[in-house]
Amino acid sequence: MAVDIVLSKRQTPDSKPQTLMFSLQGITNWIQNWLTANLPATWVVIVESLIVILLAIGLFAVLGLMLVWMERKVAAHMQIRLGPNRVGPMGLFQTSADTLKLILKEGLTPDGADKFLFNLAPFVVMIVGMLLLAPIAFANGFQIWDINIGVLYISAVSSLSVIGILMAGWASNNKYSLLGAMRSGAQIVSYELSAGLSILCIVVLSGSLQITDIINAQQNGWWILKGHIPVIIAFVIFIIAATAETNRAPFDLAEAESELTAGFHTEYSGMKFALFFLAEYINIFIVCAIGATIFLGGWMPLHIGGWQGFNHIMDYIPSSVWFFGKTLFLIFLIMWFRWTFPRLRVDQLLNLEWKYLLPISLFNLLLVTLIAILGWHF
Amino acid sequence: MYTETQILKDTTQTAANGSEGELVINVGPQHPATHGVLHLVITLNGETIKKVEPHLGYIHRSIEKMCESLTYRQFIYVTSRMDYLSAHINNHACAMTVEKAMQIEVPQRAQYIRVLMDELTRVASHELWWGAMAMDLGAFTPFFYAFRERETINEIMEETCGARLTMNYMVPGGVMADLHPDFVRKVKAFIQLFKDHIDEYDELVTGNVIFQNRMKGIGYLSKEDAISFGCSGPVARASGVNCDIRKLSPYEVYSQVEFDEVLQTEGDSFARYLVRIAEMKQSIRIIEQLIDGIPEGDFQAKTKAVLKLPKGEFYSRVETARGELGVYIVSEGGTTPYRIKFRSPGFSNLSALDHMVRGSKIGDLMATMGTLDLVIPDIDR
Amino acid sequence: MTNEEIKEFITSILPSATYDETGEWLNINIEAAQWRRLAQWIRNAPFDMDYLFCLTCIDWKAHLTMVYHLTSTSHRHTIVVKAKVDRGDAQIETVSDIWRTAEFHEREVAELFGVNFINHPDLRKLILTDDFEGYPLRKDFEDPVNMIRL
Repeated sequence: MAVDIVLSKRQTPDSKPQTLMFSLQGITNWIQNWLTANLPATWVVIVESLIVILLAIGLFAVLGLMLVWMERKVAAHMQIRLGPNRVGPMGLFQTSADTLKLILKEGLTPDGADKFLFNLAPFVVMIVGMLLLAPIAFANGFQIWDINIGVLYISAVSSLSVIGILMAGWASNNKYSLLGAMRSGAQIVSYELSAGLSILCIVVLSGSLQITDIINAQQNGWWILKGHIPVIIAFVIFIIAATAETNRAPFDLAEAESELTAGFHTEYSGMKFALFFLAEYINIFIVCAIGATIFLGGWMPLHIGGWQGFNHIMDYIPSSVWFFGKTLFLIFLIMWFRWTFPRLRVDQLLNLEWKYLLPISLFNLLLVTLIAILGWHF
Repeated sequence: MYTETQILKDTTQTAANGSEGELVINVGPQHPATHGVLHLVITLNGETIKKVEPHLGYIHRSIEKMCESLTYRQFIYVTSRMDYLSAHINNHACAMTVEKAMQIEVPQRAQYIRVLMDELTRVASHELWWGAMAMDLGAFTPFFYAFRERETINEIMEETCGARLTMNYMVPGGVMADLHPDFVRKVKAFIQLFKDHIDEYDELVTGNVIFQNRMKGIGYLSKEDAISFGCSGPVARASGVNCDIRKLSPYEVYSQVEFDEVLQTEGDSFARYLVRIAEMKQSIRIIEQLIDGIPEGDFQAKTKAVLKLPKGEFYSRVETARGELGVYIVSEGGTTPYRIKFRSPGFSNLSALDHMVRGSKIGDLMATMGTLDLVIPDIDR
Repeated sequence: MTNEEIKEFITSILPSATYDETGEWLNINIEAAQWRRLAQWIRNAPFDMDYLFCLTCIDWKAHLTMVYHLTSTSHRHTIVVKAKVDRGDAQIETVSDIWRTAEFHEREVAELFGVNFINHPDLRKLILTDDFEGYPLRKDFEDPVNMIRL
């Protein structure tokens, strides 16, 4: 019943193409047309896959390097120092130099480790990160795979990264790693509930699991602005859960430096360590991108229902700028947490989830459903 | 010292003794939270600590034995390397013991300089503790805040003493050299800087909910236990034990200055935290009272080139940043001590660790260890 | 609390104890076998010596002396107890159950001076390696590798 109402609501806003808005759709369409004109259908798929793979890997590398650099700069500013400033302008190439160093280092495998799982774990974690890039809309019409269950896909696939971490912790044959992996397992599994429930709030409001639909539903205002307080609560819970899911301070118990030296990746070195490190930043990017998409409208410019002139001006800013701006803002928020808060203890961490966040988000979901049924949102 | 096989043997022995479901992990000798080469063998049941066994000796240089072949002028330099964060106060204790034995009258100026240096050292040491403790709890930023102030003190020290960490500035009879002409001005500038910034500490750490949850009720030490374990310094004062040597048996000009002995009665990690933060403020109060009135005169009493202590036993106690440091010299009348014993505060404080953390989580161990403010060379000597 | 009161009491239970008041604090010289009994007495009221702030040993070549610096946190009177220990068969009863700080300090003395503390709960080596031979702080200890004679 409720779903029906929501679904019918969804179809009412006009979805006419926004001519003003800068779009990458043209480029993708042009490539698609050119390929279909010149190649047989199978080859079109293969070539397009190759392009996507190259783009994904390229994005992966660039994002990883940029985010590490950004983290260092943010940390430096919060800690009254300069951060990297020698290699390249403003130290931009510092992270590339570090990566080069890590590639050249020997990737040690401990004697007692389970060699196969030990070497597989970083790739599992990284592949999960890559898979999650698929449904994210980077700009208007620029999306790898607009799957109709996008949000479900993200929730499902992101849970897999815990397997990589558990694998790493177990296969290392190190007590610190094992403790870190155990903590990480408990933590990610619990916080996924809150994250999932807060995402569900938006699914209820927009009536679709598809990322494009969720973004289009925010044409006359982002959900955080038009969803009243329950959506803001959902957003706050989502940010907390996202921080926990990516094992970032103050929830970095899995690698708690002062307790478990480096937690699950204590035994990793060289490029295998770098993959974990990179995956951490990609995961941050992804959760922030999801947060930006469902709460802050993704690539959708700041529109306010009824203010035509204002909306037109906002449309002049390219959609990719909107998307990356919002995502980077959320990333900055998460970095800010890391450099301000001390770490929680393991029992406090689980108490926070099971005793506070989960009941709140359950109740919140109820409220949001009520709002959606009664059509109280703007 | 410990060889590799030794450590392996140790662990397997303990692991064999552990029953089903117990996990024995080695924290240290190389571990981010031990701030040095302390080795703790922890028996865990899941995340809960069942037993903590300290293994010492990784940086034991047997300073007591070394001192037996050093003259009374030489042995002071070695003591800077004990509690390197309270180097001045260590030197002070040794110089005081020699003066007590030889009945040397220390000039007023030297007494003022000594107390000023002691208090600056105490502030510097507590600053470092504050940063390191926050880092144990997973907050990195306070470390840099703390170092901003500590650096200023180190620069002041460097100008006057020529060294930033192991100063060796106190000698029997006074201090080694006169103050740098800029000393008074720079100390005043530091006091201003400190007062501007001390509130930031509270904003960043003290008031933080996560921090308070991590600290309150953790690592509880009752007053009786604190006394029984021989704890001293902020650790004992947080449990309500009056043990500030500066108040109990004032030395130098401590009897002339006004300051409060900071006491808390909770006995948990948060109380120890509050005591140290308040102690920094008290130290600044002492410095403020003395900095304007440094009397003119000699900075060193006239002493013989070769010091010979009379036959007998001499003991002096001072309050370092970590607690009570005792220097016990047994003299046979020669130029070198017959036996020397340093009663270091860290050694006694560490002995209470096992008692304090049993039954709590690994994270609590770090929080407790952080507030014990352990300096490993001080424990090992 | 005065030295006289303490002396009077100790003489009543240990007539053989001797006193030395030349230093800063009252020194009480006893035999090793008497220590445990004395410790129990002075720990309790009215002497209340609850704070053992220094525990060490001195090697006098002919014999060892255990030195206990005790003070009271209530009336702040400090005394020093010196127990004479035989050098060849160095043993004395532990006081780690009376003052818990003694547990660590006794372990330290045990490995550096070779004093055996009877009834100590855990007299393993604390600082040295388990297979270390000799007692480094004794005067006759020689280590040709690590010790440099000036």
